[in-house]
Amino acid sequence: MPNRRRAFLILAILVLLALASFWAALAAGSIPVAAADVLATLLGRDAPGADIVRELRLPRALAGFACGGLLALAGALMQVLLRNPLADPYILGISGGAGVGALFAIMVGLPTFGIDGLAFAGALGAMFLVFGLAHGDGSWTQTRLLLTGVIVAAGCGALISLMLAIAPEDRLRGMLFWLTGDLGQAASAWPPMLALAIALLLAMPFARELNLLARGLMQAQALGVAVNRLRYAVFLLASLATAASVTTAGSIGFIGLVVPHLIRLVTGNDQRLLLPASALAGGALLMLADTLARSLIAPQQLPVGVLTALIGVPVFLFLLSRQSR
Amino acid sequence: MNAPLLAAHGLSVDIGGHQVVRGLDLDIAAGQRLAILGRNGAGKSTLLATLAGLREPAAGHIELGGTAYAELTPRAAALRRAWLGQTQADPFGSTVLETALTGRHPHLGRWDWETPRDAELARSALAAVGLAGMEARQIHTLSGGERQRLAIATLLAQAPPLYLLDEPLAHLDLNHQMAVLELFAGAARDCGAGVIMVLHDPALAHRFCDRALLIDGDGHCELGAVDTVLTAEKLSALYGYPLCQFAQAGQRCFVPA
Repeated sequence: MPNRRRAFLILAILVLLALASFWAALAAGSIPVAAADVLATLLGRDAPGADIVRELRLPRALAGFACGGLLALAGALMQVLLRNPLADPYILGISGGAGVGALFAIMVGLPTFGIDGLAFAGALGAMFLVFGLAHGDGSWTQTRLLLTGVIVAAGCGALISLMLAIAPEDRLRGMLFWLTGDLGQAASAWPPMLALAIALLLAMPFARELNLLARGLMQAQALGVAVNRLRYAVFLLASLATAASVTTAGSIGFIGLVVPHLIRLVTGNDQRLLLPASALAGGALLMLADTLARSLIAPQQLPVGVLTALIGVPVFLFLLSRQSR
Repeated sequence: MNAPLLAAHGLSVDIGGHQVVRGLDLDIAAGQRLAILGRNGAGKSTLLATLAGLREPAAGHIELGGTAYAELTPRAAALRRAWLGQTQADPFGSTVLETALTGRHPHLGRWDWETPRDAELARSALAAVGLAGMEARQIHTLSGGERQRLAIATLLAQAPPLYLLDEPLAHLDLNHQMAVLELFAGAARDCGAGVIMVLHDPALAHRFCDRALLIDGDGHCELGAVDTVLTAEKLSALYGYPLCQFAQAGQRCFVPA
């Protein structure tokens, strides 16, 4: 039985988890900062390590939370839109388009601003290409949308491979880090934070309609959902959320696919709870993974996408095995 | 509201460029039950989806309680009619009770959550189709017949004045076939519900409906009282197979010759 009180309880637990993860992101690293000093810094006072926390770790933690939340939210929306549990935010070629733009910018040596700009332009380009091609004759079936997206993604993948093959040696490392995702390149945390807040605010009023959409188009329409309008809106929202995240931190894998499933295993498939819970859990997981990525073998940094998978896979498999019994 | 629950004028329906229904005039008033019969592929489901407003007609005009579909929001339409489809695909897990509760969607506001009253309605709908006590079951553990009855319970929870049922007896055993038909006959008799259903058994159509619509798939339709339309002669022509008719206590039964 869907229940508002249970939803608030679960969300409250996830908020605590996200706060703990946030705390770890500020305190841990190559130079550990004491808890009291972190608190003092957050309250605006001067303390040992205040500069590191304020200038480096805080923006990075916030960007991590925002990107993780955006990816998990976009993943949950894509899974409903395509009615396919295997869908993730990148399945329709958004990250491929962003990758082409970003790698081109890195290859020709553009500054951070240029990389972000071209990545976002690439993501939008892929989005409109898929939208236009899939819409074609107006049928816009799930299969057609999925096939169009997968083909556009494959085309982008080929372009990315091409650029990796011809790029100068000294640029390769930066390009590979972009591809696996790297929060260190986040210029500012506020655009993705704003994007996450707006995306959640836009999605939540339609959460119950999304529940019906997941059960079938005709059924949803018969039960009073304006199906076509809702599907366009979900496509645009999920794509823009993905684009915002990919532009900020590259294509961090795994979170968008697995976090919604993780939440589904624990709470069931009610989008009213699933969407905000996925956003919180995705944000918490990415902050945690990024903290580990930059502190495990500090000062060396690991690609954060590797860590998200290394944390997420065992948790997911544990929940799955518990569920089947 | 004196307008009929559903009225179609000059309705034509196309499937892939082929006209399967041409110039159909039809109305359903409270308490009336109509059976649609025809061969596979004759366009029964497409006609029903068109009547449900889920598909644009090729020509003609459909009104739901006196208002055209174009002037109704999807939600307002969902309060006036329910539609049972042929397939229920469930890519994601859900419990039986959650599924039945989806029928309450058009009755709830944008920010509303289901109330205990909604849960009570969903539970009694489940009990009406013999699924009491299975509320917490996952839907993918249900049998085909149980899944079909759950879909019917969802419609009952929606509680509209008009039911459009596409093969409501699919996957059901004999006992549940009769129970489901009795259920909708009861809704028509006691609550004044209108019922249109696609059926494959002319004997059950004769027993549970007052009118029948035969569609031959080439645009020609025949609508009339079950006593005049459901005869061995017409049905033999409809299905392209000779049928014999037997009668007992006012009920007809048709047997392949």
